[in-house]
Amino acid sequence: MEQFIQPINLIGPSLLVPLLPLLGFILLIFFGKQLKTLGPWIASLLVLGSFVLSVYIFSSLGNENNLDYDLFTWLRWGDVSLNFGILIDPLSLIMLLVVTGIGFLIHLYSIGYMHHDEGFVRFFAYLNLFIFFMLLLVMGNSYLVMFIGWEGVGLCSYLLIGFWFTNDAYNDAAKKAFIMNRIGDLGFLLGMFFMLFYLGGLDYATVLGNASTMEKGAPILIAITLLMFVGAMGKSAQIPLYTWLPDAMAGPTPVSALIHAATMVTAGIYMIVRSNILYSLAPFTLEIVMWVGVATSLFAAIIGIKQNDIKKVLAYSTVSQLGLMFAALGLGAYTSGMFHVVTHAFFKALLFLGAGSVIHAMGGEQDMRRMGGLWKYIRLTAITFLIGTLAISGIFPFAGFFSKDEILAAAFHHKIVWVLLSVSSMITAFYMFRLFFLTFFTTFRGTEEEKHHLHESPWTMTLPLAVLALFAIGAGFLGMPSVMHMPHWFNGFLAPVVETSKTILGESHHVDHSTEIMLMLVATALAISSIIFAYVVYLNRKSIPEQDEETKGFAKWVSNKFYIDELYDRVIVKPIMVLSDIFHVVVDKLIIDLFVNASAWMVGFTGRTLRLVQTGNTGFYIFVMVIAMMVLLLIQLVQ
Amino acid sequence: MKEVITNTPPQNWYLVLSTLLFSIGVMGVLLRRNAIIILMCIELMLNSVNLLLVSFSAYAGNTDGQVFVFFIMVVAAAEVAVGLALLVSIYRNLGSTDIDVLSKLKG
Amino acid sequence: MLSLLLLLIPLTFSIVIWFTKGMVSRAAALVGTIIQLAFTAYCYNVFLEAGNKPFEYIYQMAVKPNLVFHFSMDGISMLMVLLTNLLLPLIVLAGFSRYTDKANVFYSLMLLMQMALNGVFISFDAFGYYIFWELALIPIYFIAFIWGGQDRAAVTLKFFIYTLAGSLLMLFGFIYLYTYSPQNSLDWEVLRANPICSCEQGWIFWMLFAAFAIKIPIVPFHTWQPDTYKTAPTQGTMLLSGIMLKMGTYSLIRWLLPIVPDGFKEWQYVAITLSVIGVVYASVIAIMQRDIKKLLAYSSIAHVGLISAGVFTMSRVGLQGSLVQMFAHGVNVVGLFFCADIIMNRTGSNQVEGIGGIRKIAPRFAGWFLVIVLASVALPLTNGFVGEFMLLYSVYGYNTWLSLFAGLTIILGAVYMFRMYQKVVLGEPMLENMQFEDLKWNEQLVLGIIGILIFALGVYPEPIFELTEPVLKTLTP
Repeated sequence: MEQFIQPINLIGPSLLVPLLPLLGFILLIFFGKQLKTLGPWIASLLVLGSFVLSVYIFSSLGNENNLDYDLFTWLRWGDVSLNFGILIDPLSLIMLLVVTGIGFLIHLYSIGYMHHDEGFVRFFAYLNLFIFFMLLLVMGNSYLVMFIGWEGVGLCSYLLIGFWFTNDAYNDAAKKAFIMNRIGDLGFLLGMFFMLFYLGGLDYATVLGNASTMEKGAPILIAITLLMFVGAMGKSAQIPLYTWLPDAMAGPTPVSALIHAATMVTAGIYMIVRSNILYSLAPFTLEIVMWVGVATSLFAAIIGIKQNDIKKVLAYSTVSQLGLMFAALGLGAYTSGMFHVVTHAFFKALLFLGAGSVIHAMGGEQDMRRMGGLWKYIRLTAITFLIGTLAISGIFPFAGFFSKDEILAAAFHHKIVWVLLSVSSMITAFYMFRLFFLTFFTTFRGTEEEKHHLHESPWTMTLPLAVLALFAIGAGFLGMPSVMHMPHWFNGFLAPVVETSKTILGESHHVDHSTEIMLMLVATALAISSIIFAYVVYLNRKSIPEQDEETKGFAKWVSNKFYIDELYDRVIVKPIMVLSDIFHVVVDKLIIDLFVNASAWMVGFTGRTLRLVQTGNTGFYIFVMVIAMMVLLLIQLVQ
Repeated sequence: MKEVITNTPPQNWYLVLSTLLFSIGVMGVLLRRNAIIILMCIELMLNSVNLLLVSFSAYAGNTDGQVFVFFIMVVAAAEVAVGLALLVSIYRNLGSTDIDVLSKLKG
Repeated sequence: MLSLLLLLIPLTFSIVIWFTKGMVSRAAALVGTIIQLAFTAYCYNVFLEAGNKPFEYIYQMAVKPNLVFHFSMDGISMLMVLLTNLLLPLIVLAGFSRYTDKANVFYSLMLLMQMALNGVFISFDAFGYYIFWELALIPIYFIAFIWGGQDRAAVTLKFFIYTLAGSLLMLFGFIYLYTYSPQNSLDWEVLRANPICSCEQGWIFWMLFAAFAIKIPIVPFHTWQPDTYKTAPTQGTMLLSGIMLKMGTYSLIRWLLPIVPDGFKEWQYVAITLSVIGVVYASVIAIMQRDIKKLLAYSSIAHVGLISAGVFTMSRVGLQGSLVQMFAHGVNVVGLFFCADIIMNRTGSNQVEGIGGIRKIAPRFAGWFLVIVLASVALPLTNGFVGEFMLLYSVYGYNTWLSLFAGLTIILGAVYMFRMYQKVVLGEPMLENMQFEDLKWNEQLVLGIIGILIFALGVYPEPIFELTEPVLKTLTP
């Protein structure tokens, strides 16, 4: 690794980036009562401040230079010391911009969306805390600091999913999210232990530096990468740890947009791209990552078809898109995966915020079967939503088209994967347009009261929608396919990060231009045919999804999410509960206390038996005394 | 001192006598029910030992045994005082000095 | 001389408090513990500057057995003394919001306890150590017995006899050591310098281990603990869980490891396995506990199980982590029991199920409670994480599979803690006409201090490393 000159002047600003939201959190938590009206604005402005600083750092750092700076020693023992430090490189810069940028927009949106809520200020405190931890996650210079953020965002996710804490179902969802994440975190933790033990440290420079001297496919590397991937499965909702994400929709919609679509759930992808050298050196893990990604992508997409809750559809589509990203990583196309993270952040945040605007207009109703015909009432929301839908479906020239195309192109040499991913994106286009048509077209199916209530959202909500819509259109041009003979800015910017991996993985399967065009056409054709199909079913025939009770056969399985939750409940949760009772009642109270009580009983028994000797008869005592003396005398005599 | 020994009966006689007295004491303690008699029997046992000690002292020609006798007599006097006081107290409370009545220590 | 003062201040106050009454008693107790805390802070400074010299005190007995009272100080002792004297004012303060019957006796016993605990931590000879070890048992026995809840007679008796049985074995061990060690001395330094033949260390290890394992407690010697924690008055439980239990883990490092190193090594695998089994076993039990205090008791067993596992790895990271975690767990568990006490006092219920809705009525309390819960599930940047990370890593260094098993604690910990938090604090109030006053000044103060400690040590644990590193260097290769 070449030595970079530390841009010392950037240390201050880069520290301020996470500290501003932390300050916001502290202010809002302790002075929430005094800051009832001002608080949310302060919170939003602080995040805006972070964003401005990030842009400043971005513009002055560029991609040739890194900022790697240890602040203080956090943990140490013997000769090991683990530092708390920050690293700003192209990868963290991109995440910084996404997190603070989208974070700010969602803060702004929440001012409108959460206005009537009692916990208005508290909500912003949590959001600020989330931004802080997310920034730590992407700015850390070691896996340990990443882990702080990793667990921290899990906490915020817990707090925000269970934001309406009087509802116990929401609390359950929050708890489930935290615990599932914790399962992943255990993997992460063990992965760190392996690194510390075999690679001599936890900071990226040491770990990646030492790893690159190891042989490709070394068992240690496979163990590390697999364990870290378990962490990613938890955080980024991959099979088998994905079930928390749909439940997480219990949180307020801006939360779903920020945490469960745009930023937190992509942490797993960030982590793998960050450790791309490790993964490239462990081809076996890459294979697994790819297959898990493909399976998740397809599985979640299928479930998405049958969901009727507008946010649940988006949730499953997020799981599916995350699967797509992991598939890209598994194929070694790190930058493509990262590119999709960015575009997805824009259009999925847009979709969620749009859904929030719809829910806002509907007065809290989330069931699509009771919507319809909203186009004319909330025009701006509908238009931006359409842009988002087109983007996720991968229609040219929206952002999703470029990133998805890149992933499909990377998958092309692996025919089965390519087919599966294409099917998955085709299904995605279908259920997204199903969502769009059911919500915005045909006639209104809600109550009169709701109809009366319909209104467009305030500017604080529509402005973020408009901005995100612009990005959902334009972000794709950051990474033009080579066939268009334009510079792929995104890949160029990230090149230093994945440089080493490129050499490790060797020849990348470059598709030639004609194939690429063919792929694009196929993908677009599939998407458009799905859209047409959705159009026919939901607009021409005006069919409305049946009530839950009426579904049967395979459809019932799908709409019940293949009963995975029930399966987990039976196989894991219930047995642990039973085990807990068994341990307590049988092992503790019966077996262990049996020994304890048996020894007490022995003492008691001895006492009870010896008690009989005490007859209370003085004559008997004297008699015993005399006999004993004679016995002693006899013994004396015999000797 | 030598003459004294020759003019006295053989020591065995003393041994026999004190053994006899001691046995009477033991039997009395074992067989009688009246606490006062038991106390007296204990005195008898002590005194038989005293006799033995005195005779040994005389035959061995040193005075250690006699010193012991004095100790025992003092202890015996104290013991009788305490013992009788207890018995009086017991009699006042229970109206009897029969040891079969005194079975409060039964466990 | 300083070390004698550490004992005399609480003793004096203990005697003085006996002759006071009611409100004055607890005020006097607070003053006493604060003076002791200030003095401890002074000692800390002295120790950092001058080392253990000002603390050295030896009293040689005139009679035949070559017994001494030897008080001294090193980093580990200092840490534990700090913990003790830091927690005592908080525990006293925790009692300010309610009436205590016979307050003078209660607080007098508490201060006596403080003296005994200080004595345990600064004794450098097994004789004095044993005396203080037993002395600490007496006040807590009476506290649990007189002010306890249901079934207190049976429960405290079980507790007393359990620990006494362990102590007796320890006493045998020490007597044997005294008789057969080359120097006929029980002084820590002498014992360390002249270890007994390694062929006999094995069973001396078990003698001492029994006492410590019961006090810690390590599964399966733990069955006295949940009931005692439940029955004892909360301030007593705080003493027990926050400090007294650390006597066990402290003694593992102070006595077991240096005195019988070969026995330690010989039985290491058994002890680690027991500890790690205890971690998972207690965590699983905690999941379905219906009583809040018993749930916390089992969670405490899980945490200290990990601490002792760390000690038994005999590695630097394990010892360092266990020291950090001892301190952190002391602080956190006091906070947890305090919160449990507040809940039980205000709702009159000690059940996990059936309360709910506290957060709606008392958000400040709910917030602080959550902070402590998070520290207890070892979220990074709280003090719980620092120790837990190092401990799990030390277990990993010993055996990979064992660390996977022990690591389940971070999942199970979240399960039982969040389940409890959800049922008790979140949701809609389930009790009729529930009144739940938000924090009073003294409660706010206690929880605030605990909160500050949680984050301060979570972000910057360096002072603990600095304090204990020189000792650990001598203890591990």
